[in-house]
Amino acid sequence: MTVTLEKLTKDIVPSQEMIPEYFRIIRTQKNTHDTFTIELEPPKNGFSFAPGQFNMLYMFGVGEVPISISGDPSDRNTLTHTIRAVGSVTRAMQKLKKGDFVGVRGPFGTHWPAEESKGNDIVIVAGGIGLAPLRPSIYHILSNREKYGKVVLLYGTRMPKDILYRKELEQWRARFDLEVLATVDRAASDWKGNVGVVTTLIPRSHFDPPNTVAMVCGPEIMMRFSVQDLLKRGVPVENIYVSMERNMKCGIGFCGHCQCGPTFICKDGPVYPYNAVKDIFIKREI
Amino acid sequence: MKTSEQSLSNAVTIERKNFDALFASLIKREYQIVGPTQRDGAIIYDIVKSSNDLPEGWAEEQNAGTMRLKRRNDKALFGFNSTVQSWKKFIHPPSQRLWQTKQSSGKPAIIPEKSKKQKLAFLGVRACDLAAMGILDKVFTDSPFTDTGYRIRRSDILVIGVNCTQAGGTCFCASMNTGPAISSGYDIVMTEIVEKSRHYFVVEKGSKVGEEIIKELPSAEANVYEIEGAEELVNKTSSAMGRKIDTTNIKELLSRNSENQRWQQNAQRCLTCGNCTMVCPTCFCTTIEDVTDLTGREANRMRKWDSCFTMDFSYIHGGSIRPSVYSRYRQWLTHKFAAWHDQFGTSGCVGCGRCITWCPVGIDVTEEITAIRMSDKNNPSITLSKENK
Repeated sequence: MTVTLEKLTKDIVPSQEMIPEYFRIIRTQKNTHDTFTIELEPPKNGFSFAPGQFNMLYMFGVGEVPISISGDPSDRNTLTHTIRAVGSVTRAMQKLKKGDFVGVRGPFGTHWPAEESKGNDIVIVAGGIGLAPLRPSIYHILSNREKYGKVVLLYGTRMPKDILYRKELEQWRARFDLEVLATVDRAASDWKGNVGVVTTLIPRSHFDPPNTVAMVCGPEIMMRFSVQDLLKRGVPVENIYVSMERNMKCGIGFCGHCQCGPTFICKDGPVYPYNAVKDIFIKREI
Repeated sequence: MKTSEQSLSNAVTIERKNFDALFASLIKREYQIVGPTQRDGAIIYDIVKSSNDLPEGWAEEQNAGTMRLKRRNDKALFGFNSTVQSWKKFIHPPSQRLWQTKQSSGKPAIIPEKSKKQKLAFLGVRACDLAAMGILDKVFTDSPFTDTGYRIRRSDILVIGVNCTQAGGTCFCASMNTGPAISSGYDIVMTEIVEKSRHYFVVEKGSKVGEEIIKELPSAEANVYEIEGAEELVNKTSSAMGRKIDTTNIKELLSRNSENQRWQQNAQRCLTCGNCTMVCPTCFCTTIEDVTDLTGREANRMRKWDSCFTMDFSYIHGGSIRPSVYSRYRQWLTHKFAAWHDQFGTSGCVGCGRCITWCPVGIDVTEEITAIRMSDKNNPSITLSKENK
């Protein structure tokens, strides 16, 4: 009897959104000792996304992980993800080479208000690999640079060896229309730059707080204190956006894993107005 | 919604001796009938072929952490309350393959699971479980995305509801406004009446198909005494609930009590076994696992029920978001009774009481919520009630 029941409920097609499509890897790049970037070729019709959105990436026989898109949103023919090798799936992905395949579902989730913030000053605060989900926003702003006021990028990592996109950061720093400040938590004596947490850069950078939109992404503790310092400088709380992270199995609101207070990060996030999630930062283990 | 006057005029009675005509009618329409049956010392839902398969004359005694079958002194077919599992397993399977993938020389192949429609008739759905199905509908079909498999499984289900004529020891549907009377979402609804000399059902239609099926059954128009008798039994059930909860402003109550001492006290008992989430008719969380063959050239993506009580559930790089027992119990209960309102516009609890019965240490949600309410520092009604005393 039990066998019959299994037969009854087994053979049914799941949600189409649960089925990925394989994309071919056109380029891989080692960014730091534990991060790497893979560029994928969308099979047909290109791939559109908004800055801040993520994809579910599938590694054959291992599993699926939610990864933010880190490439240029105006380039529909390359899909770029920067990944830190921290678990079984991402460590397996680290070994992939040009010509290999990765399953892709997406894009999912909310986006940074890059387009919506035209006319404002922009402050981007990134911690560690938190720069990756913000990079599409930076690309978008830079390709429409005249539409924005002052643009500031504040970047903090634990150590110099953790700095992502180092070459690109240097190019950005050389621009006159972009203020780039970087810092590390600790460094050896050969480091000539800033030492200290990323929040120490906030009082030093140049923007007009009441007319500023802030986009913050990094570890929760870093986002919490960055927001405090942005508020201290007078950035209106409703202009501050953060990107959250939780375990995720489906990306479409069915698996329940990504709940963050009363919201689902996959549907209501990952990018939230700070006000919508501020409780999460002060309550433990929510 | 039908008015009660309409349903009065529609009701018919079917005698127990004619009850198997219902099975015949369903089988003729090619329904697989799923209903309650007694097995291994419990009442469960499985395929039933005639009234012989139903748990005739069985009831269960339920309390926090215990369930025991016992003989009734009559031959009621639906004389029990809630079963071990709800109907969830039929519409949201515990384990399900989503797709397969096979390695080849170029791009790996993806083989989605094939669709196979099945007509199921759920016989004996209680008000709480029917409400739970309505909640799962919201989760899987009333959001930006639709779970196609769920929608297909759910769409062909014929619901034959049974009103509860006695309350179980852990029942509190009256507090959650889901029962004991069934009010919507059914094709046929019945109330079983067992008298000394007569055993019959008061039956009402809830849909066109339901009406057609009833027409085929040997029945008589129900008279006012029979209808009122059935209603009275259900009303009595409502006032005899084994448990109750005050749900006034429960969302706000739980939101402002995330650091209440009660969570820590409860964590001394909770084993984080996840039983409550497995028996809950609305807990929908799943995980997905890759199952590969020995060659490693073929992988199956399996979706399985998951529980927010495991450490894995909230694991991200660096560790679990909710490593402590208190935070995991708080997540479950706060989601069920508070966050669910924000997410789906309804409570996630239907008051079936399964989580209380099947908790190995007898943790009782109704007791926990009452304790939180009583120790809530911002609750004006506490000071008020103390003054009244």
